Amino acid sequence: MSIKVVEGKNIKRDYHVGGGLFRGARTVHAVKGVSFSVDKGKTLAIVGESGCGKSTLARIITLIDPATSGELFIDGNKVDIARNGLTKEMRRKVQIVFQNPYGSLNPRQKIGDVLGEPLLINTDKPAEERRDLAMKMLKKVGLGTEHYNRYPHMFSGGQRQRIAIARALMLNPSLLVLDEPVSALDLSVQAQVLNLLADLQDEFQLTYVFISHDLSVVRYIADDVMVMYFGEAVEYGSRDEVFADPKHPYTKTLFAATPRADVASIKARLAKKKAA
Amino acid sequence: MSQSTEIAPMAAGNPDRLTGFRTFWHYFSVNRGAVIGLFVFILLVLAALFAPLLAPYAPDIQDKTAFLRPPAWQAGGSAEYLLGTDAVGRDMLSRLLYGARFSLLIGAVVVTLALTGGITLGLLAGYFRGWVDVAIMRVMDLILSFPSLLLALVLVTILGPGLFNAMLAIALVLQPHFARLVRAAVMAEKSREYVVAAKVAGAGHIRLMLRTILPNCLAPLIVQGTLSFSNAILEAAALGFLGLGAQPPTPEWGTMLASAREFILRAWWVVTFPGLAILITVLAINLIGDGLRDALDPKLRRS
Repeated sequence: MSIKVVEGKNIKRDYHVGGGLFRGARTVHAVKGVSFSVDKGKTLAIVGESGCGKSTLARIITLIDPATSGELFIDGNKVDIARNGLTKEMRRKVQIVFQNPYGSLNPRQKIGDVLGEPLLINTDKPAEERRDLAMKMLKKVGLGTEHYNRYPHMFSGGQRQRIAIARALMLNPSLLVLDEPVSALDLSVQAQVLNLLADLQDEFQLTYVFISHDLSVVRYIADDVMVMYFGEAVEYGSRDEVFADPKHPYTKTLFAATPRADVASIKARLAKKKAA
Repeated sequence: MSQSTEIAPMAAGNPDRLTGFRTFWHYFSVNRGAVIGLFVFILLVLAALFAPLLAPYAPDIQDKTAFLRPPAWQAGGSAEYLLGTDAVGRDMLSRLLYGARFSLLIGAVVVTLALTGGITLGLLAGYFRGWVDVAIMRVMDLILSFPSLLLALVLVTILGPGLFNAMLAIALVLQPHFARLVRAAVMAEKSREYVVAAKVAGAGHIRLMLRTILPNCLAPLIVQGTLSFSNAILEAAALGFLGLGAQPPTPEWGTMLASAREFILRAWWVVTFPGLAILITVLAINLIGDGLRDALDPKLRRS
């Protein structure tokens, strides 16, 4: 029996662009009625080009911005931060990992404090216990206890992303939103971080909403895939369904535009070049 | 190279604080003027601290036999009074040394007041935006639209002349610069992802403002603080000169200048030395400020 960790029903988000002297105000529909649900321990990948509303959706799911309309359920509870605000309990349930590992860590905060801060704010655990938990989490994401007292600028992009993941997991969230967590990393580090995410998911039964524009990454990590195009979910199904038989024309172009790096396709490309 | 490898194990306890200071000093020391300025400033602080030991006389003791005595190296001067005496027979050197205390006190108090006010207002305006921002920044614009000395004059006439009121007035006049600077830095930092991350971790407004955002806005403030320090000394001297700052017989440099005005032609030393003291102090601090800007502003930093 699967439990729905997060469910969105017909979520919309409009931005009002203030009019200037010569232009009237207008409304941009960033997300136009998207519905989805993710079961415990599963991963939903949201794919789409830049500006299609996937990051807006991520911010809504993470309870940073309110949705203009629609219903959002987290662990079965309806959340509406625009009307009811946000309880600490709800806040703890959803955490996010950002795309840019260089911007998401406070440059003046030691790693130990970065990891301890969520505990300090949300729990009344004593300093000693916070320290132990932070150390434990550092090891869990593949870093060492010697990193506890260092500052973010002393780490590489991949290490920083590990720290960001560790911070997100400190509060034992039931849902983790990953907003293009590996796009800023180089390929070998991408693989490491993706493996780490997969391991952590197995260990803690985590639920992921994984935002990406990289189809090979999505194919690796996702259980379900949602393709967004201009604020609409044009395709939504299990990974195998979507990859084997894309229905929407946009999905088809998206798949066709993916660079192929396997030996057969490289040979084919070279042969084509030679013939020309 | 060998030096840095030698120091490294020593720094193991708190590596970042030390390397941070070392890179800072590296960039700061490239600017020779700044190092000279720092050196002069340290001398000044020492002179102010040890004024009772260094000064040959108390600052307000009058020698009725030696009015307007010229400096020692001039005809008519004596080694008794190295820099001469003023119109009522007080030793210039002693008064200048004690005057350094007032100038540094003025600088420190004014910068502290202006910094506290500016940071508070700028932080509120930059963080909350909306009508808070509009209300605060329009008042700041209003203050900025007056010539600073004129506004300080008006404030002192309202509050009444005196050193403390002058400091208060100058702090109020300098404060909008800090507020603007903080507001701009806060607005830039607020949209950064680490701030959103702290918010997602549950941080409240106060924590976000003071613990997350503010420490990242400090570099430009340090520079502005130093430059305001010299500005404050200058304006306090100007107010003193106009008779609205420190009241005689306080050995404040601006006040000394004011009381020496009528002897400009007859006894050059009573005017020149306080003037030089102000010039050197302000110049030294401005040089330090420039060096700090070079060292702390990443945009000017050569990597």
